[in-house]
Amino acid sequence: MPKDGIGASTKRREDVRFLTGNGNYTDDINIRGQAYVHFLRSDVAHGTLNGVDTSAAEGMPGVIRIFTGEDFAEVGGIPCGWQVTDRHGEPMQEPAHPVLARGKVRHVGDPIAAVVAETREQARDAAEAIMPDITDLPPVMDMKEALKDGATKVHDDLTSNLCYDWGFVEENKGAVDEAIKNAAHVTTLELVNNRLVPNAMEPRVAVGDYNRSTGDHTLYTTSQNPHVIRLLMGAFVLGIPEHKLRVVAPDVGGGFGSKIYHYAEEAFCTFAAKALNRPVKWTCSRSEAFISDAHGRDHVTKIELALDADNNFTAVRTETYANMGAYLSTFAPSIPTWLHGTLMAGNYKTPNIYVNVKAVFTNTVPVDAYRGAGRPEATYQLERVIDKAARELGVDPIALRRQNFITEFPYATPVAVEYDTGDYNATMDKLSEIADLSGFEARLQESKARGKLRGLGVNCYIEACGIAPSNLVGQLGARAGLYESATVRVNATGGITVMTGSHSHGQGHETAFPQVVAEMLGIDASMVEIEHGDTANTPMGMGTYGSRSIAVGGSAMVRATEKIIAKTKKIAAHLLEASEADIELKDGQFSVAGTDKSVAWGDVTLAAYVPHNYPLEDLEPGLEETAFYDPANFTYPSGAYACEVEVDPDTGKVTIERFAAADDFGNIINPMIVSGQVHGGLAQGIGQALLEQCSYDSDGQLLSASYMDYTMPRADDVPFYQVDHSCQTPCTHNPLGVKGCGEAGAIGSPPAVVNAVVDALQRAGHSNVTHIDMPLTPSRVWSAMQG
Amino acid sequence: MYAFDIERPSTVSDAVKLLKESDENQPLSGGQTLIPTLKQRLAAPEKLISLTGIDEMKGICEDDDGRLCIGAATCHADVAAGAGKYPALAALARQIGDPAVRNRGTLGGSLANNDPSACYPSAVLGSGATVVTNSREIAADDYFQGMFATALEEGEIITEVKFPVPEKACYMKFEQPASRFALVGVFVAKYADGVRVAVTGASEEGVFRWTEAEEKLNSDFSSSALEGMSPPADNMISDLHGSGAYRAHLVGVMARRAVDAAH
Repeated sequence: MPKDGIGASTKRREDVRFLTGNGNYTDDINIRGQAYVHFLRSDVAHGTLNGVDTSAAEGMPGVIRIFTGEDFAEVGGIPCGWQVTDRHGEPMQEPAHPVLARGKVRHVGDPIAAVVAETREQARDAAEAIMPDITDLPPVMDMKEALKDGATKVHDDLTSNLCYDWGFVEENKGAVDEAIKNAAHVTTLELVNNRLVPNAMEPRVAVGDYNRSTGDHTLYTTSQNPHVIRLLMGAFVLGIPEHKLRVVAPDVGGGFGSKIYHYAEEAFCTFAAKALNRPVKWTCSRSEAFISDAHGRDHVTKIELALDADNNFTAVRTETYANMGAYLSTFAPSIPTWLHGTLMAGNYKTPNIYVNVKAVFTNTVPVDAYRGAGRPEATYQLERVIDKAARELGVDPIALRRQNFITEFPYATPVAVEYDTGDYNATMDKLSEIADLSGFEARLQESKARGKLRGLGVNCYIEACGIAPSNLVGQLGARAGLYESATVRVNATGGITVMTGSHSHGQGHETAFPQVVAEMLGIDASMVEIEHGDTANTPMGMGTYGSRSIAVGGSAMVRATEKIIAKTKKIAAHLLEASEADIELKDGQFSVAGTDKSVAWGDVTLAAYVPHNYPLEDLEPGLEETAFYDPANFTYPSGAYACEVEVDPDTGKVTIERFAAADDFGNIINPMIVSGQVHGGLAQGIGQALLEQCSYDSDGQLLSASYMDYTMPRADDVPFYQVDHSCQTPCTHNPLGVKGCGEAGAIGSPPAVVNAVVDALQRAGHSNVTHIDMPLTPSRVWSAMQG
Repeated sequence: MYAFDIERPSTVSDAVKLLKESDENQPLSGGQTLIPTLKQRLAAPEKLISLTGIDEMKGICEDDDGRLCIGAATCHADVAAGAGKYPALAALARQIGDPAVRNRGTLGGSLANNDPSACYPSAVLGSGATVVTNSREIAADDYFQGMFATALEEGEIITEVKFPVPEKACYMKFEQPASRFALVGVFVAKYADGVRVAVTGASEEGVFRWTEAEEKLNSDFSSSALEGMSPPADNMISDLHGSGAYRAHLVGVMARRAVDAAH
């Protein structure tokens, strides 16, 4: 048996360097002669930029050059990677997004000028001496106000602040309206999916380098997908062909979506390195990250759930306002649409579904994918409204869910996707066991005895992961393919290097990916090393997001490894003087079926590189194979979650007492890593539900602009979790039968928390409290209890 | 951060002399507020006069009147560990910030800054303590003069605080979720000559005495004496973490809990 193959909870090998301070992050990269850039950012939300007076700053100590928007007049803007088509068949409104502001500033944090100087402090000193001439304009903050006739426009050249008005599936609208009209019961809920600031542990960094003798550009950047940055920045912004542009994303300290996108600072450093013939480095401060990293969520939704007299779901209709912020970030338009509307069936066989989304420009930081990206918003609406419906109908919320579960697969939803596998009753059964739901009543009494209110919230979720079939997303407006690549390089003495287009920034690829290769070849995982994050040595890859790495990147690696196996069998057949069809590979040995003849893995790989006894006439020497894998469908992880809270009736403070997650991720490579991914996702979901409150005032100033006011979840905010992933319905269309696990926790947990708090208040007699918007801070919960 | 010079005198008199050299000089104690302020470039002192090298400003002792005397440059961790004679004060120090903050931040620094959400001002006012400076002694009731405002003159340094030890006392803090400063903190202390109740975190005016509660507790030191009571919400801070009404309500809750837990 191979050591550390599939199913082993191997400890993460990358943690040795991360935990001992030996990671190599972008800010650890310093190039001889590098200069530093500091961005002067707008401190007003909306204004006309009449000019930028840099004269006082130009002569300050250490200043090399000051750039403004005019310096980028000949350069493309920051591109958007997804075009959504609206209800009427028209393309979305797509505003220009300059590298540095021109004509207008559109959010607090919008970069106005960039000072490059010998030191970071000199750049900052000079930036303070720059005088931007800004005439304040009324900020556009409220999405519904922004769509009214005569509203101030964020982009003067667009017809309005509406990016698109999307209907899905538009043809079903009439049937949905009819089903709701004829329903025995309709439950309506209006809710907000709160805006979040991503807050990866490592802030963004970019180092641009240019080699004048070769004309080669290199960008070191904190990215989840260096090839995507190379394509977007090279082709659409700076006009640099890929063979002259290398993008490196070394160790990256967390992304959660916020490091998918191509940002202006990356283009700036690349551009300035050539303009100045010096490496240029930018390191984002935490304060700057709050106003320059793309934010997440920010949906305002009305959802209606229709039921027949037997409590079968008959229709779901939603209307959502989705905040795009001031510009379109790379994948922003796809989040409230294709990653949200397609999930509105959830785990339920609702026959009629219609989703309307109005995407709106406001004078806020751009909003894009954040862990879960559209799917948490869908899950939250659906699982909240089902809970409300159960309460209105006086039925058990779990029974109501079970009654409406999809039980036969494959299942084609009315919102254009086909679930391949799943078993929602199995995860609910497992949840009931690990959450000890039958013990809730006793715990409730115990809480009461201590003067605390206790509540139980249960919900399901489904997500579409393994993003995504390229031909499908192309039809939906994606301007990129979403395959993945891998090169498996077997070295002469049998050790293996896998170059993967997936990027690891905390997920544990360096441990889990070798387990797959080890399993396939019957060798120890320690013989396999993973390389990623450098466009110079990795074939075109699409990177890591949408819980896609093992499902798509892992599948590419499997395909390349299969090619290796096929070739090594040919070599082994030659060495063993046997027919290729009779060669078996087991435990790192090639043997001839039915004989005791065998040759070891290392002998075969050596023969490939020292081809003295080798079928050179039929077979190339060497042992290196590349595969690209394009998934046939999304994967559909699902699960059931339970949260128990206590509420302090005097203060409104909520504490999470228990949290259980029963997930179906299909097959699992490394159960320990999967548990870790679920734990992290749950912490983020609990953070959204209870703590994280990205708040702007009416002037467009970010109120929660530091950790003094923006509450990140801390260890004592979360409980010890009960997680289980033993319910496994393998994916039917990828070779590993895997579904992906990175986002599940963040998708499934917010409704469980809110359901639990509402339950606690209802049980305590606050019958008027049917909903509280996230985050459920003590003050909001207390206010709700006041009636 | 802008460039600045730093001096580290070893006596109070040297520190005062250095401070008086220029209006642009500023004392630095534990730096838990000042250093972040400098990092944000919100202050630009010419010279920082560090007080942490002055041994006579450190340590905890008892005076002839039985008061607990704490050097102003004593860090919170040392108060938490060494103020056993006044358990409520030690407990308050133990709840400030995190270990890093408690090992740098000082009593004097907290009082000189008088952040409206800081914990220490409530203990000093709630104990009727005496703030000792290089030039005089100031009664707590005279010392706090509103948000970030104190009776300190330019160049005046707090050297010590003298706390009369109560029969029983307790500090109850309701944390602002993000900063974990006090959204509302109530310090209740019962002395032979009366009860004092000091509230931090809540008011636009900074720390204040809730005299209405003191009167009730003087006749009946029990939480039931405060049942249903809260101070007026008019001057309470209202922000994204809670309205003035919420803070006023919490003052009542925390005061009752402090009375119940006082020992």
